[in-house]
Amino acid sequence: MNIITIERKVLERNDEIADQNRALLRQHGILAFNLVSSPGAGKTSIVERTLEHLGQDVRVGVIEGDVQTDFDAQRVARYRVPVIQIVTNGGCHLEARLVQDALAQMDLRGLHMLIIENVGNLVCPANYDLGEAMKVVVLSTTEGDDKPLKYPGMVRNASVLLINKIDLIPYIPCDLAALRKNALQINPHLQIFETSCTTNAGIAEWCRWLKEKGVHRP
Amino acid sequence: MHELSIAQGIVDIIRQYVPADQTADVRQVKVRVGHMAGIVPDSLDFCFGAIVDGTPLGDARLDIEETPVRSQCAGCSEVFVVEGSVFRCPSCGSPEIRIISGTELQVIEIQLSDRQAGAI
Repeated sequence: MNIITIERKVLERNDEIADQNRALLRQHGILAFNLVSSPGAGKTSIVERTLEHLGQDVRVGVIEGDVQTDFDAQRVARYRVPVIQIVTNGGCHLEARLVQDALAQMDLRGLHMLIIENVGNLVCPANYDLGEAMKVVVLSTTEGDDKPLKYPGMVRNASVLLINKIDLIPYIPCDLAALRKNALQINPHLQIFETSCTTNAGIAEWCRWLKEKGVHRP
Repeated sequence: MHELSIAQGIVDIIRQYVPADQTADVRQVKVRVGHMAGIVPDSLDFCFGAIVDGTPLGDARLDIEETPVRSQCAGCSEVFVVEGSVFRCPSCGSPEIRIISGTELQVIEIQLSDRQAGAI
């Protein structure tokens, strides 16, 4: 047997492009976050409430990732922000190359922030660096308080957890304290906000934190 | 869920390292998959087989080495394996731990049959 020893990361190319994306975003002073969740947890609604709340003084660009349709980009475009839709045609996650192509289509000058809404999936997106500064994971109360334990990879890699649909708590068996405890058990450094896109609960706190984190123009 | 694209990534790496006229000699490809790499080994194996079937790489098989999630405590330096989503030091109870391994997804080595042996 002839053996070729290589030890190469399978996702090496993705990581290289992600680093290029990160460098480009840093050069423009843009805070980028990768918004991930299961399908239907409320990512697009979070984007909408965030854009509403940040208002005109924070300029945000949005990249929307979906398996099919540009419905989400249409929703976001109503807020008069630059938005690029990526349709993955069945792909279960965004890859750095797709984001690189999207960034090439967006005028980055003057932007403070970039929201990359990933495809709804808590498994695969955890392993694909897009060049973001941080991952923001949305878990909705209807998914159950044990959800963090089922997706440790994603929770461990995230910087922020948004517990969404908090307004439904009176109607469902979801123990918020247990959800928090389960999430912090996997990642003690998680910044946690409880939000509702229906009542706007928690949106102001989340946006305040985001502004402090992101809007410092060079 | 994305094992098919990972399998394609492995095929791309093989093609980079093995000259085109030797791809038919590839027998085994050793891959290291961490338990937190988000990959189902059986699924990766199946996808790889489906991709190489009927190609010059048709005789290549994956040898998947699974690695546990090993961590080191930032407080007491204990090294341990994370089991069942409990990311806490079993020795001192601290949640401040650093993951050492278990997230990797790597092609380690490629084995080719020794053509010269059967050539003459």
